[in-house]
Amino acid sequence: MSATAVGSPPRVKLPRWAVPAAAAVAFAVGYVVFRGVGTLPHDDEAGTFVALTDAREWVDDNKNANPVFLYFINYIRLFIDGLFQTFETVLHALGWPGLLGVMGGIGWLAGGWRIALLGVAGFASFGVLGVWEHSVDTLALVATAVLLSLLAGLPLGVWVGRSPRLRRAITPVLDYMQIMPTFAYLAPMVLFFQIGAPAGVAATIIYAIPPAIRITALAIEQVSPTAVEASASLGATRWQTLFKVRLPLARSTMTLAINQTIMMALSMVVIANLIAAPGLGSDIIKGLSRENVGIMLPAGLAIVVMAVVLDRTTMAAARQRAHAGLSLLKLAVAAGIAAVGVGLAYALPPEFPSALELQMGGPVNEAVRWAERTWYPVTDALKEFTTRLLLNPLDGVLTTAPWWLIAAAVLAFAFWAAGVRPALTALGCLLAIALLGLWEHSMQTLTMVFVAVTVTLAIGLLLGIAAARSPRFSAVQRPLLDAAQTMPSFVYLLPALALFGATRFTAIFASVIYAVPPVVRLVEEGLRGVPPTVVEAALSAGSTPGQLLRKVQLPMARKSILLAVNQGIVMTLAMVVLGAMVGGGALGYDVVSGFSQRTDFGMGFAAGIAIVLLGIMLDRITQGADRRPSPQKRKPI
Amino acid sequence: MGLAPESAAIEVKGLWKIFGSAAEKVLNSEDKHLEAAPLREKTGCTAAVRDVSFTVRPGEVFVVMGLSGSGKSTLVRCLTRLIEPSAGEISIGGEDIGKASPTRLREIRRHRVSMVFQHFGLLPHRRVIDNVAYGLEVQGATKAARHERAREILSLVGLDGHGDAYPDQLSGGMQQRVGLARALAVDPEVMLFDEPFSALDPLIRRDMQAEVIRLHREVGKTMVFITHDLSEALKLGERIAIMRSGSIVQLGTPEDLVGAPADDYVADFVRDVPRSHVLTLRWIARPPEPGEALDGPALPAATVVKDAIEVSSGSGHPIRVMDGDELVGVVDRVDMLSFLAGHETPAVRAGA
Repeated sequence: MSATAVGSPPRVKLPRWAVPAAAAVAFAVGYVVFRGVGTLPHDDEAGTFVALTDAREWVDDNKNANPVFLYFINYIRLFIDGLFQTFETVLHALGWPGLLGVMGGIGWLAGGWRIALLGVAGFASFGVLGVWEHSVDTLALVATAVLLSLLAGLPLGVWVGRSPRLRRAITPVLDYMQIMPTFAYLAPMVLFFQIGAPAGVAATIIYAIPPAIRITALAIEQVSPTAVEASASLGATRWQTLFKVRLPLARSTMTLAINQTIMMALSMVVIANLIAAPGLGSDIIKGLSRENVGIMLPAGLAIVVMAVVLDRTTMAAARQRAHAGLSLLKLAVAAGIAAVGVGLAYALPPEFPSALELQMGGPVNEAVRWAERTWYPVTDALKEFTTRLLLNPLDGVLTTAPWWLIAAAVLAFAFWAAGVRPALTALGCLLAIALLGLWEHSMQTLTMVFVAVTVTLAIGLLLGIAAARSPRFSAVQRPLLDAAQTMPSFVYLLPALALFGATRFTAIFASVIYAVPPVVRLVEEGLRGVPPTVVEAALSAGSTPGQLLRKVQLPMARKSILLAVNQGIVMTLAMVVLGAMVGGGALGYDVVSGFSQRTDFGMGFAAGIAIVLLGIMLDRITQGADRRPSPQKRKPI
Repeated sequence: MGLAPESAAIEVKGLWKIFGSAAEKVLNSEDKHLEAAPLREKTGCTAAVRDVSFTVRPGEVFVVMGLSGSGKSTLVRCLTRLIEPSAGEISIGGEDIGKASPTRLREIRRHRVSMVFQHFGLLPHRRVIDNVAYGLEVQGATKAARHERAREILSLVGLDGHGDAYPDQLSGGMQQRVGLARALAVDPEVMLFDEPFSALDPLIRRDMQAEVIRLHREVGKTMVFITHDLSEALKLGERIAIMRSGSIVQLGTPEDLVGAPADDYVADFVRDVPRSHVLTLRWIARPPEPGEALDGPALPAATVVKDAIEVSSGSGHPIRVMDGDELVGVVDRVDMLSFLAGHETPAVRAGA
């Protein structure tokens, strides 16, 4: 089979589609002939699962005898726990007036009274939504994870920015940390740190530290070489140049690193609730498992508000003029605002006044039921259409085809799209999945990813092209995209659940709305990045707008568009897995049940690995396509 | 040239800079004499500076001129090892730069040599005064001392009262004045200028050139000035080295370059220069013919031809060209006219 796809090009010049088309026909024939043979059905009691479950039991039993745990990991756990407890205690001790005051002071320092007001109003809304306690827990968790991430990440980032060798060594590690779907981190953390806050913080750090390192390194590298040279020419030592030139000039970009770290941490902290870390996530998980939007909505809103407040505050700090230093007066005003809040904490009751709380559970559930009833024809048609026409057939093909036929097809496709190394990596990932005993569930997950990515790319390309061509449309769309990108991934499940109930389609819907914004943004940026002189030249040659798009802009934006595909796939995978919470099933479900039931731990752990393998496979294929020269140039003449 | 090392401000001998991983190997083989393109093809290396030697006298303005890619910016960075040279000797004020330890090198950069950059290299997060004081700050001077010195220098470069502004609030020309002030503040023996004015508008460039000439008169530093602009080179340089693909093709006074270009490349360069503005009477003077009247007006040999036109046309007798009390030769009206018309002159014929 693969000979058709990868065989040496024949002498007679065939049309370019001939080889792929022949390969497709060959696979179709292979499927019809071998259908039902060599499938790998799922078995909850597979040997690998049992072995992993036993391994966990062994680790649990020997935790306090093994020196690695006794002298190293247990201390890390205690340290993280101690730090978290400190944050939690302090934040709770401030009381709601104190915390609002402190937030106002920080906001004032970062961006003046607007940001201060946003901070105070935003944090007050946690109380109004009735989730003050959980919000403070989440905040403490985020603070712990962000503090540790920055303490490690910023110096490391500076070092990476100064040492190309370290950069080469660390880049692949960071790549893997970022393409791993968040879910996959959790199981190993439980193994080392038990369930609870420390494991949640550790998982969050792994997820949040890559941007801290990457953006800091970038910031240090981007410092004007002339300024550095000027400093060296005046005889500054390396440390003097670092502290007087590089760091100050990199400051605003480094604030962006902090911003990204906070945003990533916030979105992970919610997921960490699955392993019993405290906070808002627990409300969401409770709501998801009971299909009760009324429980989830206040927590979801609180997370979004928290994300917006933290994002705007750090962005305002990043945008400050390079030389607007902290004057004593500003510090004094900020301290004053904070002091007023802390002072009020003594005067006012520590509990957020219940008179101000909004009881929204009942009305929200009413509204959801109304929406379900009213829009049922539309939502149901959409759901049925996708499920019957796309999901079921594809799912059927992938789960009934022989595993080797699928492996061969992936190998051939990866070779055609990305080259030898990505093809072999992809094959290795698939074989490992088969060995883990998760073939069938992985194929089901893959089906959902395919469908979601197809829809995502279709919508993303359309909106991206529209935005690139119409500045007005772009201006309307941009704030929406900005808002969408600050929202933690979990939040996207809410509207999906409210509209469609718990089904596979719900997960797909959530991943589409999650992944569309970055795709739109990348496509628009790619199209706008085409040099205006080239566009002008094409227009002066008499191109129609359509020709301009097809023959000039899309080909020249190829790199951005491929990056959009890559991002779309990686994000979709992460979300589809998360969609297990709303009926997505497959690998994600295995992971969740692995946390909730001790006996299923092995399956959950293996499913986590399988998700990572799928992620690596999809990422390598799309990244490989990105790095290849355009197809026309590739063929040796 | 031919100066003893102790009387030279800068002395460079056999300087090479080859970029690329195989630099060492190339240097030790005959490959180093290959042209740029075959060298890159064969070894993957680029020779930015090839076997350059020159001497700069104390107090001199020495200009290195060449087109982009000729290696002039690399050359000037090699002088204080901002770029590490591949081979060759450099001494500044008699001190061997190549052998200096990192600490010693830093001392040299702090106190003896400072540099002005094309894109200014100012620190946007510091006020002008703190930019100017930066060199003193890294030396460890107290805040009061360095601010006092910085204020002095700011008034020297005409930026009185701008000390509290930030660089991005100043125009390009003013920013480069800050760069100039920063280099001056450490009171160096030698100042290096790397195309300092090429990012500025023509009018502002002219002001800044005048400023450099004024500062040179006032503070008398040795200056090495890199430029790609011939008129700038001719205006500022006491001597000019013309570089092409890493080598110096000609080194001489402006008159040497314009009057006797060493090869077609230099000739091409100086073709559009109005020669009467650069060449002096020494270049067109000829020995008096027997019986020629030697009672015409006397002018020093260093007089530029264009300044002699009026004298020549106001007198019926040939001008006597004097070097001190000695008669170098004579120039009559016909000589003058044929020079201005672009005909060959005796001296050029002899020189070429």
